[in-house]
Amino acid sequence: MKRRELLATSAAALGLAATAGSRALAQSPLKVGFIYIGPPGDFGWTYAHDQGRLAAQEHFGSAVETFYVDNVPEGPDAERIMTQMALSGADMIFATSFGYGPSLNAAAQRFPQIAFEHAAGYLQEAPNVSLYNARFYEGRAVIGTIAGRMTQSNVIGYIASFPIPEVVMGINAAYIHAKKVNPDVDFRVVWVYSWFDPAQEAAAAEALIEQGADIIMQHTDSTAPLSVCQQRGALAFGQASDMTQFAPDVHLTAILDNWGPYYIERIQQKLDGAWAAENVWLGIPEGEVAFAPFNERIPAEVQAEANAMIEAIRTRSYHPFTGPLNKQDGSAWLAEGEVADDGTLLGMNFYVEGLTGEIPS
Amino acid sequence: MLRLEKRPSPSKAWNFATPIVAVLLTMIAGGILFAILGKNPFEAIKLIFWDPLFSEQFAAYSRPQLLVKAGPLILIAVGLSIGFRAGIWNIGAEGQYIIGALCAAAVALGFYPGEGWYIFPLMIVAGAAGGWAWAMIPAILKTRFNTNEILVSLLLVYVAEKLLAAAATGFMRNPQGAGFPGSRNIHQYAPASNQELIVGTGLHWGVVAAFVAVIFAYILLQRHILGFHVQLAGQAPRAARFAGVAPTRLVLMCMGLSGAFAGMAGMFEVSGPARLISIDFNAGYGFTAIIVAFLGRLHPVGIVLAGLLLALTYIGGELAQFMLNLPAAAIQVFQGMLLFFLLALDVLSNYRILLALPGRNPEAA
Repeated sequence: MKRRELLATSAAALGLAATAGSRALAQSPLKVGFIYIGPPGDFGWTYAHDQGRLAAQEHFGSAVETFYVDNVPEGPDAERIMTQMALSGADMIFATSFGYGPSLNAAAQRFPQIAFEHAAGYLQEAPNVSLYNARFYEGRAVIGTIAGRMTQSNVIGYIASFPIPEVVMGINAAYIHAKKVNPDVDFRVVWVYSWFDPAQEAAAAEALIEQGADIIMQHTDSTAPLSVCQQRGALAFGQASDMTQFAPDVHLTAILDNWGPYYIERIQQKLDGAWAAENVWLGIPEGEVAFAPFNERIPAEVQAEANAMIEAIRTRSYHPFTGPLNKQDGSAWLAEGEVADDGTLLGMNFYVEGLTGEIPS
Repeated sequence: MLRLEKRPSPSKAWNFATPIVAVLLTMIAGGILFAILGKNPFEAIKLIFWDPLFSEQFAAYSRPQLLVKAGPLILIAVGLSIGFRAGIWNIGAEGQYIIGALCAAAVALGFYPGEGWYIFPLMIVAGAAGGWAWAMIPAILKTRFNTNEILVSLLLVYVAEKLLAAAATGFMRNPQGAGFPGSRNIHQYAPASNQELIVGTGLHWGVVAAFVAVIFAYILLQRHILGFHVQLAGQAPRAARFAGVAPTRLVLMCMGLSGAFAGMAGMFEVSGPARLISIDFNAGYGFTAIIVAFLGRLHPVGIVLAGLLLALTYIGGELAQFMLNLPAAAIQVFQGMLLFFLLALDVLSNYRILLALPGRNPEAA
């Protein structure tokens, strides 16, 4: 079993382990449902979760039956679908978007014997609700370094979805590391208020290129910005999965979400009757955040620099948010050598010094 | 080549039969679609139409859920149908629904954590007023500047969505939400909570409001002079003007009423099933209600049936999705077919198709 970083465990989870223990006696497969916010074919967030589901299905074979509902809006529909999944005999439900929180917790209270796993959420109102997320900022630090080294115009465009800590954290991580290798770098951020909107994302990429950006980063899930970059000759990074095929010339690398190992581990625990609610945040060290192969356009020394950073994060000898760092308004945030704590990162609502513009609120 | 000619007197029987025939045709075409996707079509149709109502496993939960899902659809559709009858096309109920919810949530969050019986009624008033005000924009633009209410009301949906996103991530964000978007859980704030009235029935205040609206619309259309004006304006605009119907007043009335109903639906939803203001709070009820209104023949009773039917395809569609691993898109296509067949059959029952040979009839070219 992988070493996991335990942020918190729910004390009340104790009583639950016993209920699943009888699984070995019953011959029916463990039923595991997944709730997706988008279509598995988005090649982004949902695609990565579905790949994780398929990996788990392959790993367990007939011992486990996985199924999913895609395009589930965050709201009453999600709660109903989770309830219906529970009624259909699901033993475990993975809900893969933060907005499912209130629905998931309500459903979890009604079905205490079912293990509920919530990606990127924060609400734990029942003992059978577990939280998991990935440290994407570690990946953003690496692509920030590559972008800082490779930009000619010193303008980097950033397509952001919603002004929430997860996204702000990513912008900061990328900016800090681009700035570190290229003090002249400037970030332009466009907020599209959507996770998946190909038309808007493409328009944002166009706008950023018009403003002089020669590298585009995205925190949205469609491949549309990459297609625009391929046409316009701007460099770009894929999101969540290897998007090389959509922009073979300009796709430098992509931050990969590798959920498979986590899903396999948790389903195994449920099979063994050892599942307990947790709150975990995994990253490069555990293999949950990984990278698509580097494009050969990245100079060898930049590749080496990026790989060195990945290795340093993997061995935990480097944390992307290490002081000295100031906030945008110039006030001190982290002192020399100080490392940001997880609580601050998870609630991050400020830019670091040097970023221009404001976080919309 | 083909020409449509209006039938002098469309068959009354067909008028009632087309919705049923449309459902049957949807089942057949949908079955073929599911078969092509490699699923058992009979099982899929059974999961969609039968299991939510009668299966032992699901019915106890999904039957009440029909009301929960149909409630807002019916409430919005009833409001829209009155305007549609008068030829006033409010396509932006989705936006009015959002604004209604935002106004109601603002009241709830403003009083939080205070107590008081008046909070919930005040939220209803705020929700209705919000929806009404949002609908007044296209209405006044139409009456003053003769803009097209279809376009203006539709585009205002996107404005409302941006406001919603701004509210969820900004000015309505839960201060205890660790920076995540979304307001406080209004459903958990007792004085503002839209609870189930009788446990296990799905009946909440929004469902009650929907049925009150249905009765109101029925009386308005059948018994009230305003209902007569609405019908007249829709069927014979010129005659309506001679009869003294003021088009401006009619537009303001119809748009305002449909907006207020949509806003109220948003209020009951945000304080009930949706629990809070979130970025994706609007689940398309305002657009689906347009389908419900037409499927229900713009008649209050028809709308109740259509709302329940559509709710059934949603809930059954979800079942079919995870029981058979059907993609959501297949269910959406299935629902789209329903509207397509209904409209197509409507055309056929109101028009007859004539084959015009080229050259003989210059009009057809």
